[in-house]
Amino acid sequence: MADPAVLAVAEHRRGELREVSFELLTAGRELADAIGGELHVAVVSGDVESHADSLNREGVDAIHTVPVGEEFDHSVYQGSVEALVDAHDPTTVLLPNSVNGLDYAPAVAESLGIPLVTDAIDVAYDDALTVTREQYGSKVETTLAVEGDRFALTIRGGEWPAATGTGEATVESFDVDVDPSDSGARVQGYEEVGGGDVDIADADVLVSVGRGIEEEENLELIFDLAEAMDATVSSSRPIVDNGWLPKNRQVGQSGKVVTPDVYLAIGISGAVQHVAGMKGSETIIAINTDPNAPIFDIADYGIVGDLFDVVPELIDDFE
Amino acid sequence: MKVLVTVKEVAEVGDDFAIEGTEIAESDLEYDLNEWDDYAIEAGVRLAEDGIADEVVALTIGPERSEETIRMALAKGADRAVRVWDDAIADSFLDVDTKVDLLEAVVDEEEPDLVLTGVQAADDAFGATGVALAERIGFEHAAVVNDLELDADAGVANVRRELEGGVEELTEVDVPAVLTVQTGLNEPRYASLRGIRQAQRKEIATKDLADVGLSPDDVEGALTVTSMYEPESESDAEIIEGDADEAAGRLAEVLREKGVEA
Ligand SMILES: Cc1cc2nc3c(=O)[nH]c(=O)nc-3n(C[C@H](O)[C@H](O)[C@H](O)COP(=O)(O)OP(=O)(O)OC[C@H]3O[C@@H](n4cnc5c(N)ncnc54)[C@H](O)[C@@H]3O)c2cc1C
Repeated sequence: MADPAVLAVAEHRRGELREVSFELLTAGRELADAIGGELHVAVVSGDVESHADSLNREGVDAIHTVPVGEEFDHSVYQGSVEALVDAHDPTTVLLPNSVNGLDYAPAVAESLGIPLVTDAIDVAYDDALTVTREQYGSKVETTLAVEGDRFALTIRGGEWPAATGTGEATVESFDVDVDPSDSGARVQGYEEVGGGDVDIADADVLVSVGRGIEEEENLELIFDLAEAMDATVSSSRPIVDNGWLPKNRQVGQSGKVVTPDVYLAIGISGAVQHVAGMKGSETIIAINTDPNAPIFDIADYGIVGDLFDVVPELIDDFE
Repeated sequence: MKVLVTVKEVAEVGDDFAIEGTEIAESDLEYDLNEWDDYAIEAGVRLAEDGIADEVVALTIGPERSEETIRMALAKGADRAVRVWDDAIADSFLDVDTKVDLLEAVVDEEEPDLVLTGVQAADDAFGATGVALAERIGFEHAAVVNDLELDADAGVANVRRELEGGVEELTEVDVPAVLTVQTGLNEPRYASLRGIRQAQRKEIATKDLADVGLSPDDVEGALTVTSMYEPESESDAEIIEGDADEAAGRLAEVLREKGVEA
């Protein structure tokens, strides 16, 4: 087996590979081609055989399975990835920029002594690695030149298409000396949160409110609008963090994914974790005072204006 | 038990801004305490109020200007603060490794039992410093914690890690540990007038590279920003013009076309 250019590490939860795992294959293949080498994939814990089957898509050269443990445990992941790097010497360790990815990627990079760039939205390699990422709440993009010939990268979900087709990867079990029972962070279980009376995912029209509303009392304005439009109220995270609305109203990465016919974002900036939960909406409309708010980049219609001026007028129009 | 809370003064970009080279024009930036760190400070101060922590120390990497921000942490109840800065790092992009070099030196001196960091800094959004620091200093860790119960006698922190899609992971973490704190973990307090007055008298120790035993060569990062630009819009949003009345009228038309009925 040739040395890989890229070692990508899949992510799964409760028996299912997460979508970003297949996106990693696409990003990994691109990068492996640019560097000139193979794309290897690691799948750690759980039903590694069946996951390896699913991951064997076009462009994958080899899959290493580590049949230790069931669910994500950062010490098992870290130990496995470090042992694989030791054995195969990849140029790039490619991981998802997920909550679990961020629970071990920095430790892997630190332990291997290689630079880390997180939340990449694009990568290029031309004798040296260049990574594109966002800064200042998605208001600007930057490119970063990475020094050195080994690096760790985490990629943002949804930026690369999922790999398709059937691959001809070799699948090998990898022996590694890690024991989940030695772990200093022991997973006791999982809980689904955010149930309740309203399911915002069922709504055809969502009136969604963000930090621009400023005060809890002002939410009344949003509920009035929703009533006038016969719509359901949802929100961005800060509104839920403040305890103004229950968790089941939160749209985004850690809340609900919604795809209504109309999503009206009021005083929401459009942070990546918010957009992850609503970008599939049929029509997106934004009301925001900031003409540079990233929400306008994905909106179909926008009003650059003060919600306290626009929303009362809109209520009048519908009443 | 001693708790160390890392805090960062983050830059926020105003509604209109100019890019100069690979930076935002200084006049278009506003500085504030990182949102995530506000929750980390609150968590630390509550541990003190509950009699679990004896001392809460705030630690920042930042220029003199950031003392204003770190005073906020003191006003909210941190006992004292340490600020690390040096002209040698003023103009470079501080990568995770460099930050950890600087933080490690202070951790070695302070010997905390628990380190609380924010999940990410709002400006760079790397989301990596806490976990990298844990690896460097040999602490356990948990990333994206939105619930914390510390059992100091048993030497464990019972945490919830907020995963994607409304799923939380319940995890028992051995202490000493680094926890990266997610917003919503608690309700950060506002600094009281009394707190603000007291903060004026609290100590902010400043350290330069030499003080933390590093040379400019040690902190030469591996990352360089080579360009900065405004992202291209993915959609062609129709921006509805006019005063509030006109714009709302046109928007109501659009909404009706899309099937919204009162
Ligand atoms: C691991 C992780 C998970 C996360 N999960 C989620 C998630 O599930 N959902 C989520 O939403 N966020 C999530 N976030 C947080 C996210 O990064 C942002 O902090 C959050 O989405 C910002 O919410 P916002 O847009 O309401 O607030 P801000 O970003 O503060 O934006 C407020 C907006 O209101 C505008 N505004 C202000 N006043 C007015 C006015 N009078 N009229 C009109 N507009 C006005 C401003 O111009 C600004 O654009 C997560 C973050 C992390 C790190």
